[in-house]
Amino acid sequence: MSDSPAAAVHAHAEIPALRHHFATEEQQRDASSLGMWIFLATEVMFFGGLFCAYLVYRFWYFPDFGAASKSINAGLGATNTAVLICSSLTVVLAIWAAQTSRRALMLGMLALTMLFGLAFLGIKGIEYKDKFDEHHVPGASFSFEHVPVPGHPDQYANPRHAQIFFALYFIMTGLHALHMIVGLGVFTWLLIMAWKGHFTPEYHTPLEVGGLYWHFVDIVWIYLFPLLYLIDRHP
Amino acid sequence: MAEHSTSQHSSSPLKTYFAVWAALLIGTYLTYKAAFIDLGHFNAAVALTIATTKALLVALFFMHIKGAHERLLKLVVISTIFFLFILLSLSMADYLTRFRT
Repeated sequence: MSDSPAAAVHAHAEIPALRHHFATEEQQRDASSLGMWIFLATEVMFFGGLFCAYLVYRFWYFPDFGAASKSINAGLGATNTAVLICSSLTVVLAIWAAQTSRRALMLGMLALTMLFGLAFLGIKGIEYKDKFDEHHVPGASFSFEHVPVPGHPDQYANPRHAQIFFALYFIMTGLHALHMIVGLGVFTWLLIMAWKGHFTPEYHTPLEVGGLYWHFVDIVWIYLFPLLYLIDRHP
Repeated sequence: MAEHSTSQHSSSPLKTYFAVWAALLIGTYLTYKAAFIDLGHFNAAVALTIATTKALLVALFFMHIKGAHERLLKLVVISTIFFLFILLSLSMADYLTRFRT
């Protein structure tokens, strides 16, 4: 233990420590964000594979996908899009509050973010329940008989092709919902850290990194909404 | 969007945040409304254009790609988009040309 470097570390120790392998706090912050961005890159490829599968089948079975998509409640999907957009706003407001030492606002915005997240999952639950009631869940009790294709009232959708749509719908929205649940876990932890006073205008990296993840999940939904809910809606 | 905005943290970014939020909500409304108008093949194009605009707004202003000083960040973001493009375009180049219709 030498004296001078230790003293230098201690000067930062209260704002939690600047780790000795970083030159500046700014560099340390950027490194944390960069790590999250690299994780998000892997997430893009993860969801990308599903979007790719979706695209292939959508091109092959477009009329059946249109019919299946029409059976989902687009109003609930649109509402959920708005809910997630509002939650993204509350995330940036929470970070702004941390940057400007507004503790109550920061805690309120974090709580509100979680509330929006829970609302999203609740609405998703209603939507899933409808699908279960209508026997639109892929599996033994799946049924999609005599559903006309949009634009061709005399033509019925192929139930086997519609089942592929619903499989993709449940996997993609389910995986997205799983990400929301993970996000809620992250934000619970952030709320506790914020409550304990760990975040200051100088140090609030966990908020920024957690926020990046939350916004990414929002972006995935921004694409899922039109692709799954609005394939062929016009009369 | 919003007037050429605040890349520094000092001048209040709140105006930008609320402007982006409003733009995102308007975009959602437009996506929803446009889906019920018959635009033929352009329905999907309109929906995806709006979605991409919204995604860009979130990434640039909420995720702070705009005004980020870390250059590696741009490398990561651009290569992510590039590899996603390869995944989708090469797969589609195969599947869409496999059968004669």
